[in-house]
Amino acid sequence: MVTNTATAGIRPVLELHHAVKTFGPVVALADGTIEVRPGEIHALVGENGAGKSTLIKVLAGVHQPDSGDFRLNGEPVAFRSPADSKAAGVSVIYQEPTLFPDLTVAENIFIGRQPRGRGGMISRQAMRAQARELFSTLGVPIDPDRIAEGLSIADQQIIEIAKAISLDARVLIMDEPTAALSGVEVERLFGVARSLRDGGAGILFISHRFDEVFGLSDRITVMRDGAFIATHDTTSVTIDRIVREMVGRDISALFPKAEATIGDTVLEVSGLGRAGVFHDVSFTVRAGEIVGLAGLVGAGRTEVARAIFGIDRYDAGSVTLGGAPLKPHDPQASIAAGIGLVPEDRRKQGLVMELSVTRNATLTLRSSLARFGIIDGGRERRTGADWSSRLQVKTASPDLPVSTLSGGNQQKVVLAKWLATDPTLLIVDEPTRGIDVGTKAEVHRLISDLAVRGIAVLMISSELPEVLGMADRVLVMREGRLTATIDRADATAESVMFAATHTTGSAA
Amino acid sequence: MSEPTTSEPTTIDRDREPASGTPATTAVARPVRARPRWTRLVLSRDAGVFYALVAVIIYAYTQVPYFASTQTVGFLLLDIIPILLIAMPMALVIITGEIDLSVASTVGLTSAIMGVLFAAGVPIALVFVICLALGIVLGAFNGLLVTVLGLPSLAVTIGTLALYRGFALVVIGDNAIANFPPELTSFATSKIGATGIPVVMVVVLAVAVFFGVLLHLTPFGRSLFALGYSTEAASFVGIKVARAKFWLFVSTGFISSLVGIFWTLRYSSARSDNATGIELAVIAAVLLGGVSIFGGKGSIPGVVCGVLLIGTINYTLRLARVSDVVLSIVTGALLVASVITPSIVDWARARTHARRAAAHTPQKAPAS
Repeated sequence: MVTNTATAGIRPVLELHHAVKTFGPVVALADGTIEVRPGEIHALVGENGAGKSTLIKVLAGVHQPDSGDFRLNGEPVAFRSPADSKAAGVSVIYQEPTLFPDLTVAENIFIGRQPRGRGGMISRQAMRAQARELFSTLGVPIDPDRIAEGLSIADQQIIEIAKAISLDARVLIMDEPTAALSGVEVERLFGVARSLRDGGAGILFISHRFDEVFGLSDRITVMRDGAFIATHDTTSVTIDRIVREMVGRDISALFPKAEATIGDTVLEVSGLGRAGVFHDVSFTVRAGEIVGLAGLVGAGRTEVARAIFGIDRYDAGSVTLGGAPLKPHDPQASIAAGIGLVPEDRRKQGLVMELSVTRNATLTLRSSLARFGIIDGGRERRTGADWSSRLQVKTASPDLPVSTLSGGNQQKVVLAKWLATDPTLLIVDEPTRGIDVGTKAEVHRLISDLAVRGIAVLMISSELPEVLGMADRVLVMREGRLTATIDRADATAESVMFAATHTTGSAA
Repeated sequence: MSEPTTSEPTTIDRDREPASGTPATTAVARPVRARPRWTRLVLSRDAGVFYALVAVIIYAYTQVPYFASTQTVGFLLLDIIPILLIAMPMALVIITGEIDLSVASTVGLTSAIMGVLFAAGVPIALVFVICLALGIVLGAFNGLLVTVLGLPSLAVTIGTLALYRGFALVVIGDNAIANFPPELTSFATSKIGATGIPVVMVVVLAVAVFFGVLLHLTPFGRSLFALGYSTEAASFVGIKVARAKFWLFVSTGFISSLVGIFWTLRYSSARSDNATGIELAVIAAVLLGGVSIFGGKGSIPGVVCGVLLIGTINYTLRLARVSDVVLSIVTGALLVASVITPSIVDWARARTHARRAAAHTPQKAPAS
C-alpha cells in the first residue's frame, strides 16, 4: 500500500474505518474501510456480494452502520438519512437515476430547492440560467427546458451529477455508472469525472470493467466477503493481482472453452430487418458452435435476438431453424421449434422473481408436464430439482422465491429452464452481466458444455474477453448492421473493437 | 404424500457450503428459511381465512339464537351463491393483475333481457342460451378493449359497469317481469333433501372445482401466476398474455350471465337494477380470501373461504339484529384488515429477526 501519487499525504475528505453492518444474522459489511482524498478518482472493486453496495449505502446515509469510524474532513459524522449525507456534501449517483419524467431538466436539478424570485414564487429564469451554467461547466450540451422523459441513461446521469455539483458535493459516489452506457457515453462521463477531480472533488466509483478501472482511477480499493482487502495505486498494480485479491485465489480458466465438433447449420438468418432498428442482418449458427455477437450497447444486437425469438416483429428477411422457416412474432412457436433465449434483464425478463425456484425452472415446460391437461405436481418438483442440481443452483429450498438467490444462482435458474426444453439453439444475451467472477466461470463452462453436446449457441456479450474466450466466430454489429464476421483465430480485442466502431469493411 | 418432509433440514447454513470451487456469496445471502411443506400450508394466508371462518361458525353456532338450523344453511348459501360464483373467475382476473367491475351490471342486463325475451314468448330454453351467449359477448367486449387496445381494465370496466346497466334500463325500463315458470323458480330455491343445502350448490361446486383445477393444476393456471407477477417475463417463456386475459374476461361475463339467470329465478323477478353493487362484495370477498390486488398471488380454496366468511358474518350479524350500517362497517373493516395484514406480518417478521440478531453476537465474516 505504498502511495506516491500527487494526492498522497493529503488528508482524506472521506474516511470510513472498520464499519460493520448486519441484517439479522447476516453480516453484509464486516470491515468497511475506505479513504477518498480530494482530487482523486477512486475505484471500488469486488465480486458481487463483496459488500460494495452496502458500503456505498452506509456512505450515502441509507444504512446506519452498527459500529465503525466515519469521518468527513476529519470530523466524525453519523448520517441518519440520505438527506444528511447530501447536506454534508456526499452525493451518490445510482446506476439508473430516478428523475421525474414529467418535469424539465432544470426542474429536476433544483427539485425541492428552486431559486425564488419576487413574492416567493419560483423563478424559472434563474433556474434555467443556473442549469445552463452547470452544463457548460460540465461541457455537456443538454437543454435545461426539455422534459426528462426519454433522456438516455447517460444524460440522466449527467443531470444527477449536475445536481450534485449544484449541491456543492465534495464527494461524488457512482455505483456502476457505465453498466448501461455506450462507448461514447462512457468517454463523456469519464471526461466529466476527470474535470470534477481536477476541480478538487473526491470521486468513488464501482465498476466491474477492468479497462475502466485502470483507465480512469488513481487508486483502487478491493473488497471481498464484506471486508476491506487492500488499496493500491493504480499505476503500481496489475489486473491479475486485483483479480486474485477479489476472489481470494487464482482463476486459471476464466473462459474454459472446450473443443466441440461443429455440425450442420441450425439457425439461418437472412436479410433480417426492422425499420429504424436493424437492417439486412444475415448469418448462420451451426450445431456445436458458439457464435459471439459483439458490438457497442445500442448496436441492435438484443433487438436482433428478440426478433429471431419472436418477442418483436421484423419487417424484412427470414429466419429458418434446422431448415424449416420459423413463425415470426411467436415465442411459443420458437420454443416448440427448439429455441431458448436467456434475456439480458434477468430480473424483469428472465425470471418471475416472486415465484419459486421450481416454478421458474419449469415455466418453459408447462404443457409437457401435464397429462390430460393436469400438471403432474410430483414430476414438476422432480424436474425442477433435477435441473437445479445439475446446474448446482444454491438455494435453501426449491420452494423459495427465486428473488432470495444470488445473481449468479438466479442466472443458473434461467439457464436451467431453457436447458429443460432441450433446445437446439440457445441465445444468451449478456449471460454473465452482474454475476460474480466465480459463478461467471461456471456459466462459461456450462455454455461450453452445451456446445460440446451439439447445441448451437448465439452469445451476445459486451465483454470482450468473454467474446474472445468463448466464441468460435465473432459477429460484430454497429448501428443496426452486421459489420464483420471474424474467426476465432483472427479475433482480437483490436479487430472486434475496430469493427464495432468503424463504418466499413471487415476487420478480419 | 410419501416424501419425508419433516426430516428435511429446515435451514441451510450458507456459510458452511461445501468448498466446491466457487466462492460463497455469504455476505449478501438473505436470512431465508425453508419450512417443510405441511408447516407452510398450516401457517399460510389461506389457512388463516379458514380458521377465521371456523371460529365464526363455532361462535355463531353456540352463541347466536336460531343460527343452528337447516334454514340458516339454506338462506345463507342462497344469499352467497351469486358472490361465490362470480368470485371464481374474478379471482383469476385479479391474479393476472386486472379487475372486472362490470360483473353486477352484466347480471342486471342478463336479467333484463331474460325478462323481455320470456315476456315476448321465446321458449325458456332458448332464452337461457341467448342469455349465456350475451354474457360471453359482454365479457369479450371488456376483454377486447383491455387486450387489443391495451386500456386499463379498471377504466374499461367502470365504463361498461355504467354502459351495461344503462342497456338494462333501455331494454326493460322500470318494469319488473315476474310470472316465470313456477317449476323453475322453485327449483332455484329448492334444497337437497332435509340438509337445507340448495340444489344449485351442485352447479356452484362444479364451477368452483373447474376454476380451482384450472388455476392450480393446469399449465394455463401456471401461466396466470407468472403473468400476474410479470407480463414481460411471462412473454419471454412464450405465454400469450393478451389471449389469456381475454378468455378470463369472457369467463367473468359468462359466469355473470349465469348468475343473472339464477338471480331472476330466485327472486322470480327480472329487473334492470338486479344485483346492483355486488361487484364490490365479490371483490371484497376475493381480496379477503387472500388474492393480492397487485396480482400474482391467490388461491381458489382461499377465495371460497373468503366468500363464506363474509357471508357468515353478515348473516350472523343480521340474525343478531345488528343494523345494516354496522354490517357495512364490519365488512369494510374486514376488507381493510385483510389488505393490511400481509404488511403487518412482514413488519413483525422483520422485527423478530432484528431481535434475534441482537440476542446473538453476529457471526464474523472471514476477514483476510
